[in-house]
Amino acid sequence: MTAIPAPGAGAPAAARRQVPPAIRRRRILMAIANHSVAIVLSIIFLVPFAFIVSTALMTNQQMGSLSVWPSPFKWSNFTDLFEFFPFWRFAWNSLLYAGLGTIGVVLSGVPVAYALSRMRWRGRQVSFVLLLSTLMLPAQVTIVPLYIIFVRLGWIGSLKPLIVPLFFGDAFTIFLLRQFFMTIPEELSDAARVDGANDLQILLRVIVPLAKPAIAAVALFQFLYCWNDFFSPLLYAGNNPDAWTLAISLQQLTQLSRGILANLQMAASILFTLPVLIIFFFAQKVFVEGVTLTGVKG
Amino acid sequence: MATVTGRLSAAADQTRAAERRRRRRRSAWRRQLVALAFMSPWIIGFCAFYLYPILASLYFSFTKYDILTDPVWVGFANYRFMFTSDGRFWTAVANTLWVVAVIVPLQVAFGIGTAMVLLRVKQGLGFYRTVFFLPTMVPLVAAALGFVFLLNPGGPVNAVLGFLHLPEPLWFRDPAWAKPGLALMAMWMVGQTMIIFLAALLDVPRQLYEAADLEGAGPLQRFRHVTLPMISPVIFFSVVIGVINGFRYFTEAYVVSKAGDWDNPVGTPQDSLLFYTSHLYNQGFEGFHMGYASALSWVMFVVVMVCTLVLIRSSRWWVHYQGGTR
Repeated sequence: MTAIPAPGAGAPAAARRQVPPAIRRRRILMAIANHSVAIVLSIIFLVPFAFIVSTALMTNQQMGSLSVWPSPFKWSNFTDLFEFFPFWRFAWNSLLYAGLGTIGVVLSGVPVAYALSRMRWRGRQVSFVLLLSTLMLPAQVTIVPLYIIFVRLGWIGSLKPLIVPLFFGDAFTIFLLRQFFMTIPEELSDAARVDGANDLQILLRVIVPLAKPAIAAVALFQFLYCWNDFFSPLLYAGNNPDAWTLAISLQQLTQLSRGILANLQMAASILFTLPVLIIFFFAQKVFVEGVTLTGVKG
Repeated sequence: MATVTGRLSAAADQTRAAERRRRRRRSAWRRQLVALAFMSPWIIGFCAFYLYPILASLYFSFTKYDILTDPVWVGFANYRFMFTSDGRFWTAVANTLWVVAVIVPLQVAFGIGTAMVLLRVKQGLGFYRTVFFLPTMVPLVAAALGFVFLLNPGGPVNAVLGFLHLPEPLWFRDPAWAKPGLALMAMWMVGQTMIIFLAALLDVPRQLYEAADLEGAGPLQRFRHVTLPMISPVIFFSVVIGVINGFRYFTEAYVVSKAGDWDNPVGTPQDSLLFYTSHLYNQGFEGFHMGYASALSWVMFVVVMVCTLVLIRSSRWWVHYQGGTR
């Protein structure tokens, strides 16, 4: 990354000490102004979190009042929740969808990305253009026939329509992996080839070990995408509560138990969001760099 | 003697060359087969989950089909109904255009704004970046439910507005204020856009700013003549993605509409949150008008493709690519 463009940032320390006081005062004022803007924005971004957490801890009586601070803190909301709906079953379904989906996307994506980036064969360009065009294609364009296929297969009301297609290549994953594979020097594969390695061996012993960060990034993206996904589970599993993921169950809480209060609903939302935020804090670097990669290379 | 051996070796050379050519051709074939084997998951997936569905939905779009009985050919009836008699179709189109025309530009502008704030802060950049990005990580369903609570008429946001003696809108209960409510939520989740612009702003060469300073440009002129042209490819990218996402817009609206009461129809209040995909979902998977839903999805397909092409074509007029004209 290049340095942040700021006046005087590149000046040597000795020269900086001789900055006239007027300019120095102006710089401090500027820094204060910049930080104030950043702090105000931070508060705006954080306030919704604060309201949601405080509501999740309120008693039912306090919900009606205008107070902001929960008193007393009703931590039992987080346990009462489990009486209202089978949280763990939905969590298990979410985990199944996200986990198997991630495995499928990586297993199918890696060889395809290899063929698209590091092998020469007829039809490579055409395949890549087709892949890019599916990247732009909204899923809604294909859902009617897909839904009919899954009805015929008897898969509606299960997680199969969500998971199985992910084992047949995902355009976004393939595209990101291909972009990364392109950056690995060709000499490494050539050296392995001279030693008698075939393409499968090169892929498994040379490319995959070098591409671990990229594979981790696409796995992370896919996991979170599946965990958060709402449209597909609603479409394919919406009619069968046994197959609901957390995302669906959260929205359907209002149907499951009419008149459920906002405090329990917010508590459930927090339990649903928490794993995502934990993953984010541990893998922030992978995340921010991954988003940047999609933006700039796209 | 010498000529005979010479002729013999020439013949041997020829057969050897032929052998080599054959071997090379065979290895090219092998490579082609290996490549196709590597590609096979995607080839199967592309045919089964893209090619067949797109063609099938084109066929279904000319039929009346409810899954239970066989499709009946009706010609252009679905398309005629869509454009001439389906009032909700036009409502959905208008609402979707609102997303594209209001939310997308606002999000791009706010994304650039927050990224520039981050750039000017020297200490604590990492902290602020995490905070600004955090809301993006919240799952859409949870965020939508959160905003339903925050913006409910007796909720925290209106309490603040009331304290400041500002008007207190009914937000998601009022057709006029429901979409602005969703726009607020989109602003809160600006992180993705912001990170992309942050990277773009960091890539602007410093010499350009120094040159602008020498020419006596003020901050506004610097932004207009240096920053904006240099980040225009990223603006372009964000707009393309934003337009396509506009047609996908569904989850937030669906959750918000159904949050008040489970029996609320899609698009509550009063169809003000009926977006293109909501209409498609309602027709196809609540009403089981599969033929009509296919027609809707084909119109969407064509519009998205045209938008993408137009944006890509027009880019050369206003996108500045570093390192030359293109």
